[in-house]
Amino acid sequence: MFKIISSKMLCENISQIVFEAPRIAKSCEPGQFVIVRSDETAERIPLTISDYDREKKTITITTQIVGQSSMKIASFKEGDAFADVTGPLGQPSEFVNEDIEEVRKRNYLFVGGGLGTAPVYPQIKWCREHGVNFDVVIGTKSKDTLIMEKEFEAVAGEHYFLTTDDGSYKHKGVVTTVMDELIAEGRHYDVCVAIGPMIMMKFAAQTALAAGIHTIVSMNPIMVDGTGMCGACRLMVGGEVKFACVDGPEFDAAKVDFDGAMKRMALYKTEEGRAYLKAKEGDTHKGPYHREA
Amino acid sequence: MELDMMKKVPVREQDPLVRAKNFEEVCLGYNEEEARSESMRCLNCKNPKCVEGCPVSIDIPGFIAKVKEGDFKEAAAIIAESSALPAVCGRVCPQESQCEGKCIRGIKGESVSIGKLERFVADWARENGVKPEVHAEKKDKKVAVIGSGPSGLTCAGDLAKMGYDVTIFEALHKAGGVLVYGIPEFRLPKDKVVEPEVENVRALGVKIETDVVIGKAVTIDSLFDEEGFDAVYIASGAGLPRFMNIPGEQALGVYSANEFLTRNNLMKAFREDYDTPIARGKKVVVVGGGNVAMDAARTALRLGAEVHVVYRRSEKELPARAEEVHHAKEEGIIFDLLQNPVEILENEDGWVRGIRIIKMELGEPDESGRRSPVEIPGSEYEIECDTVIMSLGTSPNPLISSTTKGLETNRKKCIVANEEDGATSRKGVFAGGDAVSGAATVILAMGAGRAAARGIDRYLS
Repeated sequence: MFKIISSKMLCENISQIVFEAPRIAKSCEPGQFVIVRSDETAERIPLTISDYDREKKTITITTQIVGQSSMKIASFKEGDAFADVTGPLGQPSEFVNEDIEEVRKRNYLFVGGGLGTAPVYPQIKWCREHGVNFDVVIGTKSKDTLIMEKEFEAVAGEHYFLTTDDGSYKHKGVVTTVMDELIAEGRHYDVCVAIGPMIMMKFAAQTALAAGIHTIVSMNPIMVDGTGMCGACRLMVGGEVKFACVDGPEFDAAKVDFDGAMKRMALYKTEEGRAYLKAKEGDTHKGPYHREA
Repeated sequence: MELDMMKKVPVREQDPLVRAKNFEEVCLGYNEEEARSESMRCLNCKNPKCVEGCPVSIDIPGFIAKVKEGDFKEAAAIIAESSALPAVCGRVCPQESQCEGKCIRGIKGESVSIGKLERFVADWARENGVKPEVHAEKKDKKVAVIGSGPSGLTCAGDLAKMGYDVTIFEALHKAGGVLVYGIPEFRLPKDKVVEPEVENVRALGVKIETDVVIGKAVTIDSLFDEEGFDAVYIASGAGLPRFMNIPGEQALGVYSANEFLTRNNLMKAFREDYDTPIARGKKVVVVGGGNVAMDAARTALRLGAEVHVVYRRSEKELPARAEEVHHAKEEGIIFDLLQNPVEILENEDGWVRGIRIIKMELGEPDESGRRSPVEIPGSEYEIECDTVIMSLGTSPNPLISSTTKGLETNRKKCIVANEEDGATSRKGVFAGGDAVSGAATVILAMGAGRAAARGIDRYLS
């Protein structure tokens, strides 16, 4: 069993849970994810690891409440335990296994949108700990939906750029406006890592690629087992079928078929889509079964 | 009961029209009287061919003789010497090409129904609380087994019987591998059959740790260096599902058979009390002709769909067991043979609306000796459907081979292991089952598990 150390709401519909997972905490790296099955009858939900503590043997997950399964996960309180957590799954971020001297020569631009803020956190933390230079742009709808501000300030300091769609806090605009400004200021980036809703990643990638920056995105399709067995998470990358769970979840944005992936996800992610699914599949569609971070 | 010595005692089955709407077991098995009648047909050959045909070499005439006497407990003990999963094997082994295929009775009449007798004995043992016993002296050596499918369970069970301290690591949340995620309830009941057989392996002293992905959370090297294991058996099973790479394969409503079956079997989507969603198609096309394709088709049928199996060769070449094809037909599965998909058609929402098929004819035999299918130009047509299930086999999972230095793999990326003892290119590392052979059967995986257990014992002695 995976005992929960703390569980809190970061904003109205995003919860963050820290729990014991000794084997995962020991071996996980930025970019990887876990699959959580909260109780006996629950689905297996893939969630990106948003922090880990090797000494305390804990990992942190951050999840947005969009349906029955994520609501179930968020309802778990301190002292409860998840039935099953499997991981770490997927490939670590590229820089983790590269020659650190090479990585230190580069300047990274991290871009996080909405819930995608959470999985960016272990990446910038890793960069800070390893002396890698970076800027990080975080976008969210408004002040009310902002998460992990203090953590980002502590790790990124003056390299942390925050923007809200409605201008209710800090900069007004979407992440690409900030990216454009930073690039226009003459800042140079070698690698961009963008994590967030598919549409945000698509446009962030367009902006970065146009500026000649090598760009990585973290894909979050539907998954079941997370070990390469079921093929539910397949997507087209560079004209080939790839499995996000074993080949990804991070891919070279220049090769990703965003429109195809978005089409595949759209039905599960939007309300109309879910209504459509209900009409199509009846009551058997009991919740959205996509990866929620 | 009048016994026709040339024919098998018929086994009772659920009526096809009834079972097509439920997930209860299709075959009801023999009762005591039927089993004893069938056992009378065994000639108790001095040189039993059936044993040669069994990948785990069960003393078949021996256990059948005990069934004749009505000593079912002893019959179970004889089977247990060779097999850790008799209730599973009695149900899913391809007996017709193994033990029963070699039975002398089969020359003039029907072979002895060995599979059904094995199943009867195993079920009797379970229902009467007979547990396997261990007498071996404990050995001070630790063995890690990766994967709790048929190969891993067999290897672990055999090693535990020899006295080794065995731990199985399972990636999923439940032990059993393909027995729980792949083979459907109506062929292999989970709570009634699989779970108790896994429990029997535990009762031998085997520890099972679920939710551990070897190659990710723990590597093979760390099992030796940090966790103190003396040998490792890799039985991680078949891997990534294959797709056809035809247009439209990314459409919503296209599943791999693995996904479709996992949602239903492991995640119990067919039960109202589980959260797992599954598309209950109205019209489902299953592409492929193997046992997994039959399982997917019959599952889709039970979820309420009209189901077509599209296979590119003719009925004779269907790789599925004859019994499965027969059951599928009885239940109303439609077979569209000598046909092959060329494109999956989508509606404007990205959902499957049909599949474009081309008809085939059989040409010259290929390397496998099977006549290869050739497209008939201009024969394309469309089938309207809302779900497509691809059942085209699997290619090996790279999780372990890519994280283990010095572990040799072949051209197909399968782990290379010695057939006799499971030894790989890495010292102390053994492998078997689908991870080595590519997708095969439960019993062959079990055979490899047994061979590796002997190999590991020799290595550690």
